[in-house]
Amino acid sequence: MKQKRKERIDRGIKARSDDVFSLNSFREMLYVAVPPLAPVLLLIILPLVLPSYWQKVLISTCVFALLAMSWDFLVGVGMVSLGQALFFGVGAYIAGVSNKILGIPIWIDLPLATVLGGLICTVLLTPVLRLRGVYFSMVTLVLPLMLERIVEAAGIFGGTEGITGIKAFTNPFVESYVIVFVTLFALFAFRRLVTTDYGLVLKAIKDNDRAVMSVGINIYWMKAQALFITGCVGSFCGAFLTHVYGFVGMPSFALDYSILPLSAAVVGGMGTFAGSFVGAFILVPLSEALRGIGGLRIVLYSFFLVVFIVALPEGIFHYIQRKYQQFERWVEVDK
Amino acid sequence: MNDQNKRQNDAAPILRVENISKSFGGVKAVVSVSFDLHEGQLLGVIGPNGSGKTTLVNLITGFLNPDQGKIVYKGKEINGWAPYRIARVGIARTFQMIRPFAELPSFKNLIIPLYSPRVKALSGGKYGDLDAVAKDYLEEVGFERESAVTYKAAGSLPHGYLKRLELAKCLALRADLIILDELFSGLSIAELASIVPIIEKLISEGKTVIMIEHRLRELFRIADRVVVLNYGSVIADGIPSEVMERSEVRKAYLGSE
Repeated sequence: MKQKRKERIDRGIKARSDDVFSLNSFREMLYVAVPPLAPVLLLIILPLVLPSYWQKVLISTCVFALLAMSWDFLVGVGMVSLGQALFFGVGAYIAGVSNKILGIPIWIDLPLATVLGGLICTVLLTPVLRLRGVYFSMVTLVLPLMLERIVEAAGIFGGTEGITGIKAFTNPFVESYVIVFVTLFALFAFRRLVTTDYGLVLKAIKDNDRAVMSVGINIYWMKAQALFITGCVGSFCGAFLTHVYGFVGMPSFALDYSILPLSAAVVGGMGTFAGSFVGAFILVPLSEALRGIGGLRIVLYSFFLVVFIVALPEGIFHYIQRKYQQFERWVEVDK
Repeated sequence: MNDQNKRQNDAAPILRVENISKSFGGVKAVVSVSFDLHEGQLLGVIGPNGSGKTTLVNLITGFLNPDQGKIVYKGKEINGWAPYRIARVGIARTFQMIRPFAELPSFKNLIIPLYSPRVKALSGGKYGDLDAVAKDYLEEVGFERESAVTYKAAGSLPHGYLKRLELAKCLALRADLIILDELFSGLSIAELASIVPIIEKLISEGKTVIMIEHRLRELFRIADRVVVLNYGSVIADGIPSEVMERSEVRKAYLGSE
C-alpha cells in the first residue's frame, strides 16, 4: 500500500555545524544575511514612519521584548522567574528617585539605574539562589508584590501617589532610538553570549548543576552573575519607561511586567531570544489593536494566547526557522 | 609487588579518611569509616547494594557533610567544604547516574570542566581555544577523531560513550585524585577492554584512583588494594586476592558461608 509522507531536507548551506557556512552565490549570501538584518532594518525604519501613538506602542513593545529576552536568558540558566516586575520596578524607582529627588540628569540616571538596579535585585535574590524549580519561581513571584506593599505601607517614595514630574526625553526620536538600539544590542548580545564558553557553562547549570559543581565551578556565583545581567536589563526597562511616562508608582511592580514577557517568550519560542523578540512584537501590538473593543479585549487576547500555544507549542520562531531552513515535499512510501 | 610497597611507604597519604560517619534519619549509611590512600594507588571500594559506597563518595567530594570524622586531602582538612572547592584542589568524580549536558554536542560537554578555575590556573591563567582541547581529551578516551559521535548531542550517545565522556570530564579537570563511581557497570567486554588501559595509564601518570565497583573480576585485575563495605562499615581492607578469602566478606556477598 502506498502512503504519502512529508519529507524534510536541509538546505545545503550548512557546512559542518550551525555556524559554519559554505556560500557559493549572492543568493546564498542573502539567505544567510537576511534573518539578522531584517529586525535591524525594521526597527530603524519603524520610528520614522509610525504615527506618534504607535511610536509609544513601539516603545512598550521593545520594553516587553527586552523583559522577555532577559526572562528567557534566566530560564536558560535553570531559573524560572515569575517576577520580572521586580527588576522592572526596582529600576523604575531608582530612576524616579534619583532624577526627581536627587536631581541627577537623565543620561547619568539611566546607566546608574541599570547597574544599581541589577545589583540590588541580585542581592535581594541571593538568599534564594540555592532554591531550584518551582521554589525559586514562587519567591520571585512574591518579591515584587512585597516591595509594592512596602511602598504602600511605609509611604516612602511617594507612597500610593507615586512620584510625578520626572524629566522626560526632549526629543521623541531620541526616545525611540534609545530603546530600539538597546533592544537590538540585547538581542544580538544575548544570542552571542549563550554560544560562548561562558554561556555553555550557564546552560550546563540548567542541565545538571551537580555535574557543574563537581568540576570546580561555583554555580551560585555563576547564577548570581546571570541574575545581575537579567536585573540590569529589567532595571533599564523600568528606568526607561519611568522617563517616558514621567511617573513612577506602585504599578511598576504590577504582575503585567512578570506575565507578559513570559507569554511573549513562550509564544515566540524559548531559548532563542529571537523568539522572545518575535513574541513581543506580536503580543503587544495585538493587545493595543484590541483596545478598541473594550471589555472583550482580555478574552480575545487570552484566546489568541491559547491558540498560539496549542497550535505551535515549539514557538513561532522555531516554526519559521524550520520552514526557512528546510525544503518540504510529499513523497510516496511503502507501508 | 616491590613497586607497590614503595608506593605505600612514600611519605604522607594523599587522602586520609578518619572515622567518618553519616546517617540519614535513622539509617546509618556510613559508620566510622577510616582508610589511607597513597599517591599512585588504585583503591577499589566494593560492597553489596546499599552498603554506603556512593555515600562515601559524596562525603569525600563534599556533596554531603559527614556527621563526624575528618577527611584530609594533601594535608588539608576538606570536610565541610563546598563541592566546587574540593574539585578545585584536584578531586574529580564521575556519577553513578550519568546525566550529560544533553543538548550540547559531546565535545562541548568538556567545555564545562575546561572552564573550571582549576584548569585555568594550571594552564597559566588563560583559557585559549577550549574546543580543540576538548576534542583531544575525547580522543584520549576513545572517541574517534572527527567522527560523528564527537559532534552528536550528548543526550543521544550510547551508554558506552556516555561512560567515556564522564571519564573524559575527570581527565579534563586534570585532577590528582579521581573517583569513579561504577564506571564499569553496563559496559560490554569489548568496551571494558578499551577503557581499562585508560585507567592503567592514569595510574602510570601518577594519578590516584578510587573505583567503586560491582564488577569484581575486572576491578581485581587492576586494583592495588580493596576496601569492603557492609552496612556502612569497613569489614575488610587489603590486597584483592586476600580480601576475597575472608569469611566475613564471603558472607556479606553470598549471604552465608
